[in-house]
Amino acid sequence: MTGRIERKFRDLKRMNGKALVVYLTAGDPDMQTTRSLIPALEESGVDIIEIGVPFSDPTADGPVIQSASQRSLHKGTTLSGVLDMIESLRTASDIPIVLFGYYNPIYSLGNERFAARAKQAGVDGILVVDLPPEESHELTRHTDRAGLDFISLIAPTTSDSRIAKIAKNAAGFLYYISITGVTGTAQPVMHNIRVDAERIRKISALPLVVGFGISTPAQAAEIASCADGVVIGSAFVRLIEEHGTKDGLVRIVSSFVRDIKKAIS
Amino acid sequence: MHKSMPDKKGHFGIFGGRYVAETLMPALLELEEVYRAARKEKHFRDEFAYYLSEYAGRETPLYYAKRLTEKLGGARIYLKREDLNHTGSHKINNTLGQGLLARRMGKKRVIAETGAGQHGVATATVAALFGMECMIFMGEEDIRRQAPNVFRMKILGAEVVPVLSGTATLKDAMNEAMRHWVARVRDTFYVIGTTAGPHPYPMMVREFQSVIGKETKRQIMKKEGRLPDVLIACIGGGSNAMGLFYPFKDSINVSMIGVEAAGRGIPSGFHAASISAGTVGVLHGNKTYLLQDGHGQIQDAYSIAAGLDYPGVGPEHAFFRDTGRATYVSVEDDEAVAAFMLVSKLEGIIPAMESAHALAHACKLAPALGKNKIIVVNLSGRGDKDAEIISQRIDGK
Repeated sequence: MTGRIERKFRDLKRMNGKALVVYLTAGDPDMQTTRSLIPALEESGVDIIEIGVPFSDPTADGPVIQSASQRSLHKGTTLSGVLDMIESLRTASDIPIVLFGYYNPIYSLGNERFAARAKQAGVDGILVVDLPPEESHELTRHTDRAGLDFISLIAPTTSDSRIAKIAKNAAGFLYYISITGVTGTAQPVMHNIRVDAERIRKISALPLVVGFGISTPAQAAEIASCADGVVIGSAFVRLIEEHGTKDGLVRIVSSFVRDIKKAIS
Repeated sequence: MHKSMPDKKGHFGIFGGRYVAETLMPALLELEEVYRAARKEKHFRDEFAYYLSEYAGRETPLYYAKRLTEKLGGARIYLKREDLNHTGSHKINNTLGQGLLARRMGKKRVIAETGAGQHGVATATVAALFGMECMIFMGEEDIRRQAPNVFRMKILGAEVVPVLSGTATLKDAMNEAMRHWVARVRDTFYVIGTTAGPHPYPMMVREFQSVIGKETKRQIMKKEGRLPDVLIACIGGGSNAMGLFYPFKDSINVSMIGVEAAGRGIPSGFHAASISAGTVGVLHGNKTYLLQDGHGQIQDAYSIAAGLDYPGVGPEHAFFRDTGRATYVSVEDDEAVAAFMLVSKLEGIIPAMESAHALAHACKLAPALGKNKIIVVNLSGRGDKDAEIISQRIDGK
């Protein structure tokens, strides 16, 4: 059976479109807000949602997502709670959902239990930042069986032979980290992205999505010209930080994503 | 006999491994390759031995603590005097080793995390020695309680970066050091201070620190004509303990006891006893015992000793615990302070608060053992840095 992620990229390809992937930390400022934002984002043109599961020690994240994780954890967010929210959302939205996070909360729930529960809740893909191919088998043997796409990261430091190894176990799409650094902390350098995108495309036919450090429509447009999609993370989380508890949040974030979507179309 | 550990991927049984972001994986693979080549080379081994003896001042004495032994009235207690190393603790053994590797890899810049500041000082020292730029990440709480070490690092030319996140202690310093390393991985060598973190660090740090146990073995044979009955060392991440234990691991009649920090008591929740009270999880690149809640969120550790204030433990200790090769106990703040005072007054040696945890357990154990038994305690560092904490505690009572 073709999954939602594969179908999304197929549809986009047919229309010559690029995927807009938006990241938000579940439970920031609270789970109800996260729940209500997702259908609004879908309506505004977001193609794939990355739902961040907060972790106490997010070593791959910059200050913006660190703070969002802290706010969310203070509200009592748990991985199980995030999965419940996604399940309840599935009556209202069919948008592809990727769970983005660190390994320990998953390991704590139990890999097999997690895989079954995530699938049942309507998750399409998982991206575990601190689970490189050397360690991923202990999780993927369960998530593969459950039919979840294991989204893999490729960094500017990744060699061609590692790209091949990573691509072999990857599904859904490949996520290229556009900066050597943690999330939202540097400006991506276009030339490097172009070179690496070509390098990756020679090795794998999976859709290629670029993220970390993209914040403006102009950047998104430039990067989309050599990729199949872009991820907006910290820039979006910052909007939620500023407007999360105010009226008009939906209007503000919708207009932000519409601008980006327009820029990459 | 134990199989040679870790395996090729850095696993000690189910523990260890390389749970890091992809950006760091190539650097870890390169480091492992360079390290495996270096340790086979006579030149590298000679160079390491040269700096250990001529610069750090090894070997350190294995001192018979006569008055302490007589006071406790049981087993004979020997202290492995790692406090007499240059910079005042065992940490220099490892930073010299990693510093030599950094130099070999052509890195001009080193970074490190530090809790008590001993590892920070030892890293800053080696950076000065080898002419490298140095940045030390230290929790703001630790900067406050270990001020003398902060000055030392600055004098040595290091930049000390205060870390404000979380509880502003060792765990948070390590988070920040890893984030910085992700951004500067191409020109920066990360000097991890303990037998934790992603492979190859636990193996590498163990091997650099195992000079402690190798010397101890030789020294006790000369003094007593036999191996000791018990080895005791404190455990934060576990590098001084692993350094002492590892060369004895196949001598099954030597029992090994790791002492964790029980802080204000394990039931209080304010402690750092990851093995005694933790569960298995993944943090800072390795799978091990961690203090965490039921949802996989890491809990804050607490100990009077900044160097033990960490919610995890090195993966090989986790493995030793599960296989029963070593046992792990815990000691509360008050007991450690009492041992700190006792050893200072009886032996004229002011131990680090970290090492005082190991001494406190020796004080409990020695009277229960016969006078023909031998205990070796790793006196991993000196306690000058703790004078202020102790004086506050005494004044406060």
